[in-house]
Amino acid sequence: MSQSQTLKGIDYLQGNEALVEGAIAAGCKFFAGYPITPSNEISERMSWRLPQVGGIFVQGEDELASIAMVIGASWGGLKAMTATSGPGFSLMQEGIGYACMTETPCVIVDIQRCAPGQGIATKGQQGDMMQARWGTHGDHEVIALAPASVQEMFDLAVEAFNLSESYRVPCLIMAEEIVAHMRDKVRLRDPSELRLKERRRPDIPPGKKIDFHQLDDEAGIPPMPRFGDGYRIAVSAFSRNRMGYPITDRDLHGKLLRRLSNKILNNIDAIARFETSFLDDAEVVVVSYGTPARSAKSAVKAAREEGIKAGYVRLITVWPFHHEKLRALCGGAKEVITVEMNLGQIFGEVERAVARNAHTSLVSSPGVEPPTPWEILSKIREVA
Amino acid sequence: MAGSRKEILIAGFGGQGIILAGVILGRAIALYEGRNAIQIQSYGPEARGGACRSEVVISDEEIDYPMVTKPDVFVAMSQEAFDRYMGRLKPEGTLIVDSSIVRFDEGKIPPRAYLVPATLAADGLGRRIVANVVMLGAFGGLTGLVSKRALERSLRDTAPKGTEELNLRALAKGFEIAEGLRKQDLQGLSGH
Repeated sequence: MSQSQTLKGIDYLQGNEALVEGAIAAGCKFFAGYPITPSNEISERMSWRLPQVGGIFVQGEDELASIAMVIGASWGGLKAMTATSGPGFSLMQEGIGYACMTETPCVIVDIQRCAPGQGIATKGQQGDMMQARWGTHGDHEVIALAPASVQEMFDLAVEAFNLSESYRVPCLIMAEEIVAHMRDKVRLRDPSELRLKERRRPDIPPGKKIDFHQLDDEAGIPPMPRFGDGYRIAVSAFSRNRMGYPITDRDLHGKLLRRLSNKILNNIDAIARFETSFLDDAEVVVVSYGTPARSAKSAVKAAREEGIKAGYVRLITVWPFHHEKLRALCGGAKEVITVEMNLGQIFGEVERAVARNAHTSLVSSPGVEPPTPWEILSKIREVA
Repeated sequence: MAGSRKEILIAGFGGQGIILAGVILGRAIALYEGRNAIQIQSYGPEARGGACRSEVVISDEEIDYPMVTKPDVFVAMSQEAFDRYMGRLKPEGTLIVDSSIVRFDEGKIPPRAYLVPATLAADGLGRRIVANVVMLGAFGGLTGLVSKRALERSLRDTAPKGTEELNLRALAKGFEIAEGLRKQDLQGLSGH
């Protein structure tokens, strides 16, 4: 079977279904996951779509096994992915840290639902945003994207694989139930029009023992051999020296830790993407991400119709958080309103970015539904 | 937040094909009418029997806020759904109710109410399961928000193999019922 069974053209799909098609267009060939609402449509579609493109689908015995299989498949040379929701995302944290430390490209989808605990399985929330950042132990950087439409579920799946392959880092897609179950017209882009990125492979012949953990390019991203090709490489999640062996040395550990962070932070301008509108003369800027951004956009348009100088910023990339860029985008605004579907997680980051220049406030909902445009509009009127 | 935007709420119980009705409608409008249509579903943890609702927002402009708050059209297919959501319908909104299932006080329904015995009609076609499609046909005929042709194309995309003809007959039945109700309206016999 071949890539020719990539679906193309216009369809009317659910967010979860569009995400699967984006992943397959990006070249995903392995999926392992454990069932959980509201992410199940991803597993279900992967189970019949992957075999059509010569890929492998595994229903794992649990989330721990699933993330471990994804990491193994990636070292086996495949673009690999899993999908889950909050309770399963918690279980995957150890594996995500393992992937960060071993610099394993992989895509992890969290279709967030109301939490904590079992919460409300069929209702959305953005409650795992800080867990995405700090859920696994230790200093580390990950990339996290927040789709706001069915089209973006497709497009950001492609982007997630590209970023993950380019930077050898887990890339998280932090969607939630509403955009995951929303249906809309979607363009399934042809792989020929996508600029797909592949991980850099060693350009030396296999056999010799080589310091694979040190063959840095300028960005500090070593090439990644594939298990089975004959390269001799030690891969473990211990802190390591250039040959991959465990170390206890402060300088060596510091060097590794900084390289793992800096390969992301030094490229933040290329990684962190924003959607903006009405910013030129904006006195009140509304910052949001994911589905609530749809309410925010509606509210900002309505405020403009009333003559209020309101602006709109949507974080497409939430992690790494580009404080400096956000500060520049908010420019001369006197008030920055954060809109999110939790009690205020990313609000803290927005404050760090802009609080020196602007007053900040939060319009949030506890999940189930995003804040309404009317709630946001009344806050805009109040502060304008 | 206004303009050409129309909000549709379809509600009933799990197993009636409520969500699928919204999907067929959204697909018909988005792919075959050239307008924007976003469909959103809402359901509890139960697979069957629980309350279930499907929302479709239709617009010629970009749809930002995708949720239905005050429906322009409410399609009620269970007593619980009718009792729970009737109050949300816009005062000038249209109610389409499965009169073979839902009981209500005639004095309390809005001026634009249509009684469609969808479940009875589906029974008449031999399969109760197509009551949702009868309702869709009635919706198309009564509101004019979607053409029969677009719904037929969407149904052909969506219906499981072997059920296409049954589903198309159910759709035609819904349009036929709608036509009868509209004639009553024109003759001033509807009583509302």
